[in-house]
Amino acid sequence: MLTLTSPIETPFHGWQAGVKLGLLCAFTVWLFAAPGLGWLLASLVVVALCYLTGGLGFLRHGMGLFRPLWPFVLVVGIWHGWTGEWAAGAVVIVRLVAALAAANLVTMTTGLAPMIRVVEWLARPLAPVLPPRRLALAIALVIRFVPVLGVHAEQMAMAWRARAVGRARWRILPGLALAAIDEADHVAEALRARGGVG
Amino acid sequence: MERNLTYVALFAALIAVLGLLPKIDLAAGVPITAQSLGIMLCGTVLGARRGALAVLLFLVLVAVGLPLLSGGRGGLGVFATASVGFLVGFPIAAFVTGWVMERTSLAVGTAAWAASVIGGIGVLYPCGIIGMAVMLDKSLVEASFLAMAFLPGDAVKTVLAGLVTASLAGMRPGTLLSRA
Repeated sequence: MLTLTSPIETPFHGWQAGVKLGLLCAFTVWLFAAPGLGWLLASLVVVALCYLTGGLGFLRHGMGLFRPLWPFVLVVGIWHGWTGEWAAGAVVIVRLVAALAAANLVTMTTGLAPMIRVVEWLARPLAPVLPPRRLALAIALVIRFVPVLGVHAEQMAMAWRARAVGRARWRILPGLALAAIDEADHVAEALRARGGVG
Repeated sequence: MERNLTYVALFAALIAVLGLLPKIDLAAGVPITAQSLGIMLCGTVLGARRGALAVLLFLVLVAVGLPLLSGGRGGLGVFATASVGFLVGFPIAAFVTGWVMERTSLAVGTAAWAASVIGGIGVLYPCGIIGMAVMLDKSLVEASFLAMAFLPGDAVKTVLAGLVTASLAGMRPGTLLSRA
């Protein structure tokens, strides 16, 4: 499965995932505490400069990840255009853009394995109820079975199209849920046969 | 033990696949994605604790950078958008849906629908609205007005959750861990 990590190397790729996540937390808190638009714009410029350390191609890749934000920017823009509070609207939009850009920067410069190690480290206090081995196995199972269930869904939709007029739409949902249940039963049996999850 | 783990993992994968499916067009032409249906199904099928764990596992994988949210979104950035309240509310919604499902003696389909309405709308929306209010700097009333855009789609999904859960109970009696 594709991850959102960027193949374009930046200096941040070499930083420890935990450090980057810590800095991201601090930066997001700062964005909500920043006293005015000037400070927020300055913060946004800092993030943009961080992106530029990876070159223009990296910046463009980063901009591509902004798509989900545009509807909110539009709503806030129209709202504040209507009420006439432009400055307040600008604060909200710049804060959102800066927070999203910083978070995406961490995602784009950190591989899946180091991120999962941070999750395991964070989950250590839960070890008595959730042993790290079990958490790691659960993560691996999800990564393995998203494409498997995706193929199931595709096959069911194709089978529907071969036999009926129009698209399957919601009608494949019971079959897909059933596929998940059956796969879960099979994998549980296979795990037990190999000595269990421990 | 193994079955608990694999059900949690497979339902986390199911939530992801439901988000990756093409959008379902309702009769009225309103496009919806099935991802929040996955959240409801986690509650109605797996019950409170396992349902919430499946959703948490899904969110962990989104946070570490897998593009599993509808539209191929993922990474830490999604927790910095206005929909963060909905994401935080997902495991709580699944828990409450499962909790209601475990405690009602109604017929499976009706119980799953009612549980989904309570968990997937009654609990999820306040979380989402608070998130929107904080992130967009709006009052709770203004944020509620914005969140209402999602309500028709989610109302349909509660009915689908009821139908899917009832058909699962019919096809594989005993698989509903929420009723075990």
